[in-house]
Amino acid sequence: MKPGHGEIVLAEGDVEIPEQERELIEAFRRELDAGMWAAVPTNDVGGRRQAELVKDFAEVPRDAERVIFFPRAAGGAPGRAASGR
Amino acid sequence: MGLALGTAAVVLVVLLWELARPSVMAALSRARAAWAERGLQSATGYDPGRERRAEQRARELLRSCVSEREWDMYSELGLLCVRGPVRGGAETAGESPYAYLIYPHKPIVAFVPESGELLSEYCVAFPDESRPYGSARLPDSDDVLAKWMALTGDERRLISEANMHLPGRQVDPDRVRRDLARLSRWERERSGREQAGSSRAHAPQTPGNVPAA
Repeated sequence: MKPGHGEIVLAEGDVEIPEQERELIEAFRRELDAGMWAAVPTNDVGGRRQAELVKDFAEVPRDAERVIFFPRAAGGAPGRAASGR
Repeated sequence: MGLALGTAAVVLVVLLWELARPSVMAALSRARAAWAERGLQSATGYDPGRERRAEQRARELLRSCVSEREWDMYSELGLLCVRGPVRGGAETAGESPYAYLIYPHKPIVAFVPESGELLSEYCVAFPDESRPYGSARLPDSDDVLAKWMALTGDERRLISEANMHLPGRQVDPDRVRRDLARLSRWERERSGREQAGSSRAHAPQTPGNVPAA
């Protein structure tokens, strides 16, 4: 996810092919080095969907279809903002 | 004497110009190119549909990650409700000790599902650290998905990163109460529809409802 742009595909490949896996690992490290968080959406675990936050490529399940990178969370604005509809 | 000095000055100026001309011309050429590029960007850089397309992509991404029930909730009510504790808790049952409401670009609101009591607000943002000043925001649905992923992925980490405030700091408590009432009504109606669908599916087959061959 990129602010102002939404979803952008960074890299695609098959982890079973060493050359493509290397490219995926490089892209993964590049994003984490840039301060992004990485999440892998997982399918129904105990009747609900959730995400796994991963900090290393080795933590990504081999059968994962995708890893989503998003800016790391930070405390929001402390000031009172306008609310209501 | 004066004529000689004047001639020497003119020769000096011409020599200096000849020496400096290549770098001056190169600098002028660079400045011209930069000016032209800036003009091109101002003519084509603004795309009024970009944010709309980004939001559309974000909605598709969110839909592909959350459950069908959660997607229906977001598309119909404009918010997501995540029951806590996130790991090992139930998705719909009323026995959860607390739950979170996720709004786009607003704090996460924690509440007690049984009583509707508001517990706290967790102000959290996902800033673009590569552009610390004036960075653009995530599209609404990406902001919701980022909160959802961070919450379901590591509830403690997200809560520890957020600024916690009492209810009412940024989100109007009356609005949250109205949203909780809408959510409760939505859940009743949805479970009613699901029960009706399930009872129809398990109804005994009578001659009147045997499907045509």
